[in-house]
Amino acid sequence: METTLEVISPAAPAPAPVTAKKVRRRPRSAKLVAGLAIAGAITLFGLVGPWVLGDPNAISNDTLAAPGNGMWLGTTQTGQDVLAQLAYATRGSLIIGVLVGLMAIVASAFFGIVGAYIGGWVDEGFSLITNVMLVIPGLPLVIVISSYVPDKGLLLIAGVLALTSWAGGARVLRAVTLSLRNRDYVAASRVSGEKTWRILLIEILPNLMPVLASQMVFAVIFAILGEAGLAFIGLGASGTWTWGSMLFYAQNGLALRLGAWWWFVPPGLLIAVFGAALSLINFSIDEIINPKLRDQTLATRKRWAKNAPKVTVTTGTGR
Amino acid sequence: MSTLEFHNVVKEYRLRGGWHGRALKAVKNASFTVESGKTVALVGQSGSGKSTIAKLLMQLERPTSGSIMLDGVPVQRRGAGLRQYRRDVQMVFQDPFASLNPFHTVGHHLARPLKLHGKAKTPDEVDAAVAELLTRVSLDPEAAHKHPHEMSGGQRQRVAIARALAPEPKILVADEPVSMLDVSIRLGVLNLLADLQREKNLGVLYITHDLATARHFSDEIMVMYQGEIVEAGPSDEVILNPQHPYTQLLAEAAPNPEKRLAQ
Repeated sequence: METTLEVISPAAPAPAPVTAKKVRRRPRSAKLVAGLAIAGAITLFGLVGPWVLGDPNAISNDTLAAPGNGMWLGTTQTGQDVLAQLAYATRGSLIIGVLVGLMAIVASAFFGIVGAYIGGWVDEGFSLITNVMLVIPGLPLVIVISSYVPDKGLLLIAGVLALTSWAGGARVLRAVTLSLRNRDYVAASRVSGEKTWRILLIEILPNLMPVLASQMVFAVIFAILGEAGLAFIGLGASGTWTWGSMLFYAQNGLALRLGAWWWFVPPGLLIAVFGAALSLINFSIDEIINPKLRDQTLATRKRWAKNAPKVTVTTGTGR
Repeated sequence: MSTLEFHNVVKEYRLRGGWHGRALKAVKNASFTVESGKTVALVGQSGSGKSTIAKLLMQLERPTSGSIMLDGVPVQRRGAGLRQYRRDVQMVFQDPFASLNPFHTVGHHLARPLKLHGKAKTPDEVDAAVAELLTRVSLDPEAAHKHPHEMSGGQRQRVAIARALAPEPKILVADEPVSMLDVSIRLGVLNLLADLQREKNLGVLYITHDLATARHFSDEIMVMYQGEIVEAGPSDEVILNPQHPYTQLLAEAAPNPEKRLAQ
């Protein structure tokens, strides 16, 4: 527990001086900096941790020990180091998140943007596929698929999660592309003689970047949560450590009943904190896309400052 | 010397709604010719089909019937023929705030058509050609590194004109090139167009709803009303001696200082 806080703690003071200095010029950066710092710290832990810490599967005689005595996060029922497990689990969850995020974004970009730009039957067909994928309930399908496959690798789980998560993004991208394709600059580049793929990649795609970025972040959150849910009910990738599988083992090891909070609190907390960090990043991307949101919060903040100066302090730090 | 001809061109749009949908005839049986060295104005109110004619000309829409011919040859719909057509016929769009991609620099907008049509190949040639284009539309060559949002409306429209000139076209379609600009800079942009037209012996189709500038800048005027070209002829003839009731209405509506002084 203490180390978890230690991992995150560099993030907490970091945004504070930035807020104090820059709040008047660029208020959005506080959210962004906080989100990036927390997510960065957790990512760093997942990258470096497995190299520094020991084998997560190594068992010892020191079973179910509370934090202390050289084991910063205590041990499990079989004497495994929880901190080492947490490092490997962080890496596993992040790999799943990034893989699913990339696959989902590629799929939704393909079905959303290409269909909307070409139009006609291609658009109808792609919309049909998207709509079908949209109404298929995600988690049950994931459970069915992953319970049919005996040897579940990391890639399969990521693929299944990506399959069920791209459709919503594709609809949003289709709507935005429909509006972009009728802009004059697209017509102008057609008049210049640009090829279709170049118009899509060079003229339209860059203008979709903010939307794509926020969808990517959302897809990563979805994937990590989805994987955690799957692993918790025992359908995760076999032989891979993730936050979900840690919770699964903790549940199996009766950690809750035995009061071994150091076993299940760290992975649960990391899921929540990482999700919150990505949401903060997502909010700031949203504010960049839609400056109205920014103005709104600014205006609200000013009103708070006028009405009750004392409240500003607490809301400022709490946010 | 080039001639661009419209022969009995019809464009229908299918409207959804009802059991079978309806057809909207945006352009009814239009025939006209644009020649190198001449400026033809196409005048009409909003929704009269002017911009549809521009889209048909630029091959952004396909005519329902009729033919579009460049130098007596029907326009190719794809491949090398279409590329050649795009080299010869270019367009300046109406809204300079929408016709430049906010993501790219001015240099990108000018370099692409130069590269696509083989006017410049090496990066050095492209840079030089871009600078020359910018000078031709009286902009600072340094503007190549700017993004569209850093420029004013008039400057953007000059960039759009430079882009249309990049493939060295013979026919230029200008779709209400100044309607989105401040009144104070309209004349500058129009004079620039007129100068370039004389310099390169361009054929210009000037689409507008402003009779006064149409008369000032063009040799011929065509009046369009509800998808039909109702009147065509030499500028002064059409303005001073309008035959069709709609043209008479337009001529009446145009501000006329002499008539006002006489009252």
